[in-house]
Amino acid sequence: MSELNSKIPQGTLAEKWTKYKATQNLVNPANKRKLDIIVVGTGLAGASAAASLGELGFNVKIFCYQDSPRRAHSIAAQGGINAAKNYQNDGDSVYRLFYDTIKGGDYRAREANVHRLAEVSNNIIDQCVAQGVPFAREYGGLLDNRSFGGAQVSRTFYARGQTGQQLLLGAYSALSRQIKAGTVEMHNRDEMLDLVIVDGKARGIVSRNLITGEIEKHFGHAVVIATGGYGNVFFLSTNAMGSNTSAAWQVYKKGAFFGNPCFTQIHPTCIPVHGDYQSKLTLMSESLRNDGRIWVPKKKEDAEAVRQGKLKPTQIKEEDRDYYLERRYPAFGNLVPRDVASRAAKERCDAGFGVGTTGLAVYLDFATSINRLGKKVIEERYGNLFQMYEKIVDENPYETPMMIYPAVHYTMGGVWVDYELQTTIPGLFAIGEANFSDHGANRLGASALMQGLADGYFVLPYTIQNYLAADIRTPRMSTDLDPFKEAEKSVKEKIEKLMSIKGKHSVDSFHKRLGKIMWDKVGMARTKQSCSEAISEIVALRAEYWKDVRVTGTANEFNPELEKALRVADFLELGELMARDALNREESCGGHFREEYQTEEGEAERHDENFMYVAAWEYKGEGQEPALNKEPLIYENIKVAQRNYK
Amino acid sequence: MDFTLKIWRQENAQAKGKFVTYKISKISEDCSFLEMLDQLNEQLVDKFDHPVCFDHDCREGICGMCSLYINGRPHGNDQGITTCQLHMRKFKDGDTIVIEPWRAKAFPLIKDLVVDRVAFDKIIQEGGYVSVNTGGVPDGNAIPISKEKSDLAMDAAQCIGCGACVATCKNASAMLFVSAKVSQLALLPQGKLEAKKRVENMVSKMDELGFGSCTNTGACEAECPKEIKISNIARLFREYYVSTVS
Ligand SMILES: Cc1cc2nc3c(=O)[nH]c(=O)nc-3n(C[C@H](O)[C@H](O)[C@H](O)COP(=O)(O)OP(=O)(O)OC[C@H]3O[C@@H](n4cnc5c(N)ncnc54)[C@H](O)[C@@H]3O)c2cc1C
Ligand code: FES
Repeated sequence: MSELNSKIPQGTLAEKWTKYKATQNLVNPANKRKLDIIVVGTGLAGASAAASLGELGFNVKIFCYQDSPRRAHSIAAQGGINAAKNYQNDGDSVYRLFYDTIKGGDYRAREANVHRLAEVSNNIIDQCVAQGVPFAREYGGLLDNRSFGGAQVSRTFYARGQTGQQLLLGAYSALSRQIKAGTVEMHNRDEMLDLVIVDGKARGIVSRNLITGEIEKHFGHAVVIATGGYGNVFFLSTNAMGSNTSAAWQVYKKGAFFGNPCFTQIHPTCIPVHGDYQSKLTLMSESLRNDGRIWVPKKKEDAEAVRQGKLKPTQIKEEDRDYYLERRYPAFGNLVPRDVASRAAKERCDAGFGVGTTGLAVYLDFATSINRLGKKVIEERYGNLFQMYEKIVDENPYETPMMIYPAVHYTMGGVWVDYELQTTIPGLFAIGEANFSDHGANRLGASALMQGLADGYFVLPYTIQNYLAADIRTPRMSTDLDPFKEAEKSVKEKIEKLMSIKGKHSVDSFHKRLGKIMWDKVGMARTKQSCSEAISEIVALRAEYWKDVRVTGTANEFNPELEKALRVADFLELGELMARDALNREESCGGHFREEYQTEEGEAERHDENFMYVAAWEYKGEGQEPALNKEPLIYENIKVAQRNYK
Repeated sequence: MDFTLKIWRQENAQAKGKFVTYKISKISEDCSFLEMLDQLNEQLVDKFDHPVCFDHDCREGICGMCSLYINGRPHGNDQGITTCQLHMRKFKDGDTIVIEPWRAKAFPLIKDLVVDRVAFDKIIQEGGYVSVNTGGVPDGNAIPISKEKSDLAMDAAQCIGCGACVATCKNASAMLFVSAKVSQLALLPQGKLEAKKRVENMVSKMDELGFGSCTNTGACEAECPKEIKISNIARLFREYYVSTVS
């Protein structure tokens, strides 16, 4: 087991970040120009980091797999972004945001990181407004807020139902300005496939130009991974089709530890699955829970009748409806955190009260709010979401309740980082959803956008300098050095191997099979047995993949099948690690629910005495079991309690 | 449902392209258009044939990555949606569907239905931003903005940069795209200071990249999946006029 040093600064919680900044090493302007930084990913985290580093004077190279940096999956975030502004005068504060985030994460996140996140949250809003992000406003011209799950204050800033889009376009505009200024070099349709390590430090990447198929080598004094989450290991998720784990996985295999891989967020409000041809799931923003009420029929016969199409939900009388969240959690009602809401939906459906043709759906009903506020107000708040729903399901949510069901949405786990957002490989940093930090075992709504931008605008641009200050005498390296050539060679061999199998089954068919194993056995509810089965099934599936996958076309051309094949190869390894982590964690916490560990009321039962730690997994070579390193979590400021939303 | 598909196939930018006809059957009406293409590709892979390449990512109408002329119309025969939001229930059983890539000089073809839209990024790089660095900015509520103005700015800011406006315009003009960004920023006090330079630079870049000029046909507004209004172009011309006379 290696020594894990989280590098949390000394001092009281509220002073740590200020003190860190005051005493850290900096790089002077003349030296910044001599230093190259590679940023992989152009989402909120990557774009904001690259723009800020460019403004400071570093030379930045940035990569994305899409045709434009503006298309990173952050664009799809709908609901909003949190900040502790307390503009509503409802009692919010940095401490309260910090507290809610730790509690929401079920006491599995690091206090110091989360407090810093809450501290810089306000700067993010100011920055975005200055960039021209058109946040929603009140008639008096000031910024408006809405409520999200897990909080009793209104601290969520939003831009209609397209908050992620507007924030990303803000970061993209700052990035574009630096591209024009020549400090940032953009590499679009260029996918990172491996990390290059020289003398123990991250010094570059190997990537594939997706248009020509050419394998490229790039040098950087430091490398930043900002490649988003790995929810697509489940095949069906709310992530974009191309979202992948490849960069995070390759750095893991080069020595970076992977933190809490089993912590997956299943979002309660997604459009239910409707056919086996389905390629992805669509989220209906959590903000809908501000005005929508969730229910299922009280009587099994009613549920049965709606499933068969003999009864309409609007025909079910008020007293025959079970608003189960309001019933079970009167204090938070429909705004309980996501893990709680998802499990409650599954519980009702498993008990036979589910609706929709499959019985795997519950209602999200706006009738009460439409009566109270009028259709126009609801339309103004959620119009685009209602339209999106109608296009997919062909039903009008103003007239009949929406049907929703939980779906994989976000991964709290990710590359392990210390307080400086540095991984266990010196010079390699991880930011945004790609790292494991800040959200513990469950992320609160509107906090991912906050974390991505906090990391990129306000944290990494400082902490990376503390590392680079010692590197100012390191000249740029040639990519003809052996470590670059070796990484290039192994990437080429992997591609040749995949192309040469010419087996019987498509990449997608394997991906679907993996997804099914993950959803059934490492999904919303897990057991010792299901996790063990998942491990052996994934190992077998992986072996089959490398014998029988069919990748059409050639390697030296635009070839989406090959892109998918490389990504699925990595998912087939990551899935196993997730199952291992879920097996190891003999407790329930946040999004990780082990059926063996629940209270009498069916709530998650944590085992703090044995599991109050971050599981940081260490790669030990092919065919070897990974090693588990533990970073103990120490709560000095918050009293650890059972989460209570009643 | 069963369909006949006529799809443009082209190996790469240099190769000659042609339409190839495919049959596809047993498609559910709840299936999306791209899921229908996924099923076609699955069939092609089965036959060791080359799957049809098309751009897509979010599949929920927001990333702007998907494209395609479907029966001659960008994003198909429905209002206010992208190709990935189009569902097969909008077609009739037995229909023949013609599928082509965006065609515009400034969007060179990469393969099959995939084109290169980097030109849009280049236009934004010329001034589609407010020149502020990270840090040192005023409090978010220090600049009140009327709800009307802010809503109008948001209407324009919704552009997803898909290129449908260019694809549908007989001049292949990018004016709707450019005007959406110019408008968003011109409507807000933060963007006002640089409005003059912004509009000049972005418009001249657009010309340089080979986009045509705007002759007010209004086709762009009709096809925009985000229903960006042509009034933004009028606002751009006003800003442009101000920039050239003052
Ligand atoms: C539908 C949806 C709605 C959401 N709504 C909200 C919300 O309302 N509020 C909230 O706070 N959070 C929300 N989230 C979560 C939040 O959007 C994400 O967690 C966050 O945007 C992730 O940002 P990121 O910068 O880390 O990664 P991403 O935005 O996913 O960006 C990843 C980047 O990495 C690049 N990349 C990936 N792999 C490679 C590779 N191998 N080589 C090169 N480049 C690569 C991609 O091209 C992309 O540029 C939502 C998420 C989804 C899916
Ligand atoms: S795939 Fe994102 S808009 Fe269609």
